[in-house]
Amino acid sequence: MNCAECEILIHALIDGELDAGHARDVEAHVATCAACAEKLKSFRAMRDAMAEADLKGAAPAQLRVRIEAALPPVPAAAPRRQLLQPSRRSFFGGLAVGTALSAAVAASVIVAVFRNDREAIIADEVVSAHIRSLQAGHLMDVETGDQHTVKPWFNGKVDVAPPVIDLTAQGFTLLGGRLDYIGGEPVAAVVYQRRKHVINLFVAQRLGAEHAAVAASTIQGYNTRHWTEQGLDFWAVSDLAPDELDEFARKISAALHSAGSS
Amino acid sequence: MTGDGNAEPDRARRFRDAALPYLDDVFALARYLMRDAADAEDAVQECYLRAWRHFDSYRGPAMKPWLLAILRNVCNAEFARRGRQETVADCAETEQAAEQGPMWQEAPASPEAVLLRRHDDDTIRRLIAALPQPFRETIVLREVNDLSYQEIAAVAGVPVGTVMSRLARARAMLRSAWNAAEGPTSGATP
Repeated sequence: MNCAECEILIHALIDGELDAGHARDVEAHVATCAACAEKLKSFRAMRDAMAEADLKGAAPAQLRVRIEAALPPVPAAAPRRQLLQPSRRSFFGGLAVGTALSAAVAASVIVAVFRNDREAIIADEVVSAHIRSLQAGHLMDVETGDQHTVKPWFNGKVDVAPPVIDLTAQGFTLLGGRLDYIGGEPVAAVVYQRRKHVINLFVAQRLGAEHAAVAASTIQGYNTRHWTEQGLDFWAVSDLAPDELDEFARKISAALHSAGSS
Repeated sequence: MTGDGNAEPDRARRFRDAALPYLDDVFALARYLMRDAADAEDAVQECYLRAWRHFDSYRGPAMKPWLLAILRNVCNAEFARRGRQETVADCAETEQAAEQGPMWQEAPASPEAVLLRRHDDDTIRRLIAALPQPFRETIVLREVNDLSYQEIAAVAGVPVGTVMSRLARARAMLRSAWNAAEGPTSGATP
């Protein structure tokens, strides 16, 4: 780890957002780098000072009253049955319908953005995890082309039993497996290789939105394929050409279908 | 069918129970974004009305980041309406300017420089409020609203990596301002 990386990651360390492996990396760097050690100490001191200070404050009481008054009333007693549908307008405190409509549209945009964001964030993390894995010594925790060694290795480490499929005969060499973290969750990474290109296949219970069909994207020059199958979420990432990654995804999927694979 | 008459009041009750506990959080973010108490109150009220109108289709994420995302939208809309340059989202320039700023060329820290000046709460709030966007919102979402990086990313609509780099810059800027600000010192460098 270099100082530039460390400068970003010490904050994640302070905030408890680093997984154990990266926390160790940062701590190892800090132990040998006086400048980064000072930074860590001083940012921690600042964070502590901020935690002690009251930076949030309380919302003014009259604001709470105003908002409560603007929201529909919650009757203390059981409400009387109404024959007519309650008028929507009355609940909006007589707001113009146009305003209500445009606000609803705006709010639905927010929700859509949230959903897409989640997918984009996961895709981003998957690619980051792939890049991290390419650093020396990070690629594999269990290094063997034997699927019957890789698969049981994941037992107890992740909450899924990831299918480990040997595609060596079909041009994708099984290299091994690794425990990785996406979105703070432990996931299984099965590592394949075609020629000099590494492919990480991340398998988890549920990372992004459900994709029955394969969703493709390109991030920082890496191609990703995401699909959902047999209740599992699959993300394949590689610098392999798009058509070859498609082929990989198809072969994994086909092997999954050909009953009770490994 | 018997339950129909209760549907609306039930929904209203559920909304109050779910959303009102975060009023302090929403108001705090509004204060830091709008930098004006009256504007913040208006933004918070608009935020809660929008949230209520859309409560039907709310399926998550967690209520707090959902409300804060709506609030951020309200504030942006208000800035856009005023035609101000400073929108929460429009950050390319500030970010670039901040990158060229002096904070990455800090002098190597001496042991004394590690010691922070002590500031009262008001001063710390003022220092945070003085940060440029989008660093201000990032550090407020983290330190004041106590959101995870994932949640901040969702609220601000950027990848987690961006949250991390913004937070690093926000803290570097804040630390410079912090040590430059007047206040009782504990072991300042000569």
